Amino acid sequence: MLNIKNLHVAIEGKEIIRGLNLEVKAGEVHAIMGPNGTGKSTLAAVVAGKEGYDVTQGEVLYHHKDLLEMATEERALEGIFLGFQYPVEIPGVSMTNFMRTALNEQRKYRGLDPIPPGEFLERMEKAKKLVDIHDKLTNRSVNEGFSGGEKKRNEIFQMAMLEPTLAILDETDSGLDIDALKVVAHGVNMLKSKDNATIVITHYQRLLEYIIPDFVHVLFDGKIVKSGGKELAIELEEKGYEWLKAEAV
Amino acid sequence: MLLITFAGLFKILPNKSEEITMSDDKNNILDEVTQGEYKYGFFTDIEMETAPKGLDEGTIRFISEKKKEPEWMLDFRLKAFERWKTMKEPNWAHLNIPPIDYQNIIYYAAPKKKPQLDSLDDVDPELLETFNKLGISLDEQKRLTGVAVDAVFDSVSVKTTFQDTLKKHGIVFCSFSEAVQNHPDLVKKYMGSVVPAGDNYFAALNSAVFSDGSFCYIPPGVRCPVELSTYFRINSAGTGQFERTLIVADEGAYVSYLEGCTAPMRDENQLHAAVVEIVALKDAEVKYSTVQNWYPGDKNGKGGVYNFVTKRGMCKGNQSKISWTQVETGSAITWKYPSCVLLGDNSIGEFYSVAVTNNHQQADTGSKMTHIGKNTKSTIISKGISAGFSNNSYRGLVKIARRAENSRNFSQCDSLLLGDKCGAHTFPYIDTGNSSSIVEHEATTSKISDDQLFYCLQRGIDTEKAIGLIVNGYAKEVLKQLPMEFAVEAQKLLAVSLEGSVG
Repeated sequence: MLNIKNLHVAIEGKEIIRGLNLEVKAGEVHAIMGPNGTGKSTLAAVVAGKEGYDVTQGEVLYHHKDLLEMATEERALEGIFLGFQYPVEIPGVSMTNFMRTALNEQRKYRGLDPIPPGEFLERMEKAKKLVDIHDKLTNRSVNEGFSGGEKKRNEIFQMAMLEPTLAILDETDSGLDIDALKVVAHGVNMLKSKDNATIVITHYQRLLEYIIPDFVHVLFDGKIVKSGGKELAIELEEKGYEWLKAEAV
Repeated sequence: MLLITFAGLFKILPNKSEEITMSDDKNNILDEVTQGEYKYGFFTDIEMETAPKGLDEGTIRFISEKKKEPEWMLDFRLKAFERWKTMKEPNWAHLNIPPIDYQNIIYYAAPKKKPQLDSLDDVDPELLETFNKLGISLDEQKRLTGVAVDAVFDSVSVKTTFQDTLKKHGIVFCSFSEAVQNHPDLVKKYMGSVVPAGDNYFAALNSAVFSDGSFCYIPPGVRCPVELSTYFRINSAGTGQFERTLIVADEGAYVSYLEGCTAPMRDENQLHAAVVEIVALKDAEVKYSTVQNWYPGDKNGKGGVYNFVTKRGMCKGNQSKISWTQVETGSAITWKYPSCVLLGDNSIGEFYSVAVTNNHQQADTGSKMTHIGKNTKSTIISKGISAGFSNNSYRGLVKIARRAENSRNFSQCDSLLLGDKCGAHTFPYIDTGNSSSIVEHEATTSKISDDQLFYCLQRGIDTEKAIGLIVNGYAKEVLKQLPMEFAVEAQKLLAVSLEGSVG
């Protein structure tokens, strides 16, 4: 589904990602771990198509198509979803209206008519239940006045609404208490299928107790320095990242 | 159309209809956003009877005679003309107004045949076609929206509907000319009582040469059962448009009045200097809503309408209320300050505004709240949106007289900038004559952030639609003041007028 080969990314001339390789197949959950400032969020931003990142080398294929050639919204319409680390507020635009617009754009892209109101409501109800979000949140403006935890739950709510093929969750666990963490993890697990894939970016092993990854990768200094199964996360939790620095060199 | 959608949904989803309907509308609106060309840029070829170019006493006598006006009306015009000749164009606004040759303007144009008012069949088919192109056909209005329409087509009213319903309640809603003929006492009593003929340069010009407009009188204790609506169009090359509107709500009366404009595309500049006067007597309430979309000129700032309007309401009686809501997307130059004089004790004045400028448009708009009565309250919510090379200024005056004890004003003036070539300016003036009153002013300036855009794009919403969403969200506080069908039109206009402004 996603195939990243020898990716090099620079921001304002400074190289952040230096030769990253990653392959994600349908049905898989990948966790990307690593200390701060190693390029985790940069990777998410490049795949999603945020401006301001220069890909200096390498390629990213998504369903065998050149992802880097696609416009940001086209990537989203092709099924790539980014769960934001810091979701932005859009005053005056209700969550309901926002989701309806997004969903109908997706349907238009696929040659479908706008979603009938009844179906839309049903989908909303289901998604709300999944992440335990209340009506008052969906009637509010996008992320406006949401607590940190509500914002993160709201990201998973949107994921449930848009049913992406590839979801990248950028530090979705940061700032969450254990209950909220369970809710978010439950949401992600319920949305998992053999046809979609999830990349979970996190710095703590904690989230991975609830979202069980098939693969764990350690990103260090812009490269994946170690990959393994879920047991790697546990090892990291015990030993920290220091011991990997040696391997990175 | 809209009402049908609403009703249909209401049946299926009794508890959720409102939110869904709004989203539906918004999506429809967004779907309709297509090209950047001015959509209403067409004009209809109807035979006109016009006055010769230029302005002198003869022109005024010609207009007055054409309209078979009584002597007192002609006197009013001539006195205004004398005043006007001694006045100068105001130059204090933050506007760059090219010189206007007042002798090169045609001051009167009227469709030659005035159709009968009995049925739509009697209306000139070309006129109906024009309304159809605008999507506001009288037919549709009549059947679906329950709005009584007094359609002003190039200065002369050609169609008035719903008169029967209104008559039952004793409501007068007619063209200004008809009011002069049929209700001379009311017109004489209130015309010029809020905006005196010599109030300002453009008001004086209007008082001298106004062609027609609307008149509305709501008798004591009557709540007008329908929203009264007037559609204006400028439709004749080189014809200045001088509308005059007078609305009087007698004691305990209520009326909601809608004004909407679209104008055909033109190369030459068109001058529009309207006067709107509102009088609210004791316990009366008037809500006046405008969606204004005069031709703004092309992308290079060529052409476009000059909109120099004097709008003022007088809360004459105690506990009266006047509320202005405007959505301004059009005109090359806008000079407009809907205001309230709060004369009665406990009276309330409100001003809600969204003003959009794009390309080379200029707008200097705001409000004036004059508190004279005790315990009077006013609210000003102004949302400016500037894009392209445009300049958008808010200018407001809150004046609290010494005797206006315990009065309150709250003003909020927000500016949203799209791009870095446009300007937003705020000129708030406050003048407080006593110490028991409270005046609050809040102002913000913001830009649509890259993060907001990225968030929308990441959800599959393209840049144009994202801007439509964000801008409509920003203006929501004002838009929600508009009646439903008007709000939809306003949202459309906001999205359309900002097309191509980013990226």
